Amino acid sequence: MNDIWNWELAWEALPTLLVGFFTVTLLVTVVSTAIAAILGLVIAIARRSAPKPIAAVIRFVIDFIRMTPIVVQLLFAYYAFTNIDPLTIGIAVFGIHYSTYMAEVYRAGIESVPKGQWEATTALSMSRRRTWVAVIIPQAVRATVPALGNYAISMFKDTPFLLSIGVVEMVQAGLVFGGNHFKYIEAITLAGIIFLLASYPTSLLICRLEKRLAFRN
Amino acid sequence: MDSNFEALGAALPRILDGVWITLQLTVGGALLAMLIAVTLGLLARQENILVRGFARAIIEFFRGTSLVVQLFWFFFVLPQLGVELDAMFVGILALGLNYGAYAAEVVRGSINSVPQGQWEATTALSMTSAQRMRRVIFPQAWALMIPSLSNLLIHLLKGTAIVSFITMADLTFRVDQLRIDTDTFFAYTVGLIIYFVLAYILTLVMNMLEVQAKHRLGRGESLREALSLRSPDTGVDAGEGARS
Repeated sequence: MNDIWNWELAWEALPTLLVGFFTVTLLVTVVSTAIAAILGLVIAIARRSAPKPIAAVIRFVIDFIRMTPIVVQLLFAYYAFTNIDPLTIGIAVFGIHYSTYMAEVYRAGIESVPKGQWEATTALSMSRRRTWVAVIIPQAVRATVPALGNYAISMFKDTPFLLSIGVVEMVQAGLVFGGNHFKYIEAITLAGIIFLLASYPTSLLICRLEKRLAFRN
Repeated sequence: MDSNFEALGAALPRILDGVWITLQLTVGGALLAMLIAVTLGLLARQENILVRGFARAIIEFFRGTSLVVQLFWFFFVLPQLGVELDAMFVGILALGLNYGAYAAEVVRGSINSVPQGQWEATTALSMTSAQRMRRVIFPQAWALMIPSLSNLLIHLLKGTAIVSFITMADLTFRVDQLRIDTDTFFAYTVGLIIYFVLAYILTLVMNMLEVQAKHRLGRGESLREALSLRSPDTGVDAGEGARS
């Protein structure tokens, strides 16, 4: 058993993995989720308020980004902006890619706001800005929180794609460690376990949140 | 710009080889994923807690541990344990297991959404549980699950781009090669467009499957009607709409 799984080597690999986890994997997940959450909302509002031809263009761009692989987008941005450091590119690409998913979620949220709410803002002669900020967004966004959480988890598990542009996140760190020690099982298995330990409880939490929001409505 | 297209022309056979590899991975991965999804989806609904627990554990494990980790595990770790696998097989295996686990939840949820009356009717007709699933429940669940499966299929297609990490010459790899002879913008725009077209074709195929599945249940038009160029005969409503 000892020659299949070496505990000492596993113990040695752990710090390397955790450094990659906290300095890249978690960082990218948190920052890119924030970008996706904000940019997604901007896209959703733009699609609704823009004139039809512009809305159609926005829709096409969103579909295009959503239906093409994030790995190819990462490589594209990496070679196109050689003056920007790869981690920043990674954060931006993940943020933009996932904002296209979030935009769809927000769109559904905005559409679920009853028509009477829009009519009321007209009756009160609210400005466009106030209509969105004070009335529509607060109602539209609440129900979208679980979806945002699910996309954050999904993004979290996609972060190893960053190794295509040379960013050393947890899995790449594990791979390098395995290569140096001519033994991959410990580092790669541990990386998988860390993913599972972080994502499974979070998904349970989101599931509970979803039920609570559904109950309150 | 002309030199870009010349380089593209010269590289076309290799790019098509890449598309072929990507398609093999997508279709192979999707078929394996479907097999796993139906098996785990059915097991996850069993009353026996051991069977259900087993299915749930597999589903959560493959959903929770990241596709890339699974791919690397099969590619780097298994050979060290004495199991040498072909890269294509590794790719299909990782994609099939990962997306199969996601799809298992879709299968389970769709089966649970088939109305209660349908289940009761099969009892009234004293069907066996196999007959019930095959002839009544699954065809209805199938129509319900196609939209979600369609989304997952697009994810799977996009997920195939990571096989270039395990030395496979897929479309992403070929596009990266093309970049050497053309400018970056050109090469990657071509690559993204090819992926987009592939995704679009897959979406159309899935939409056709959905039309067919619904028609089999007696809802909506048949595939042939849906595909015909003449505007479908929708009766009085369309006529009134045209007049107003």
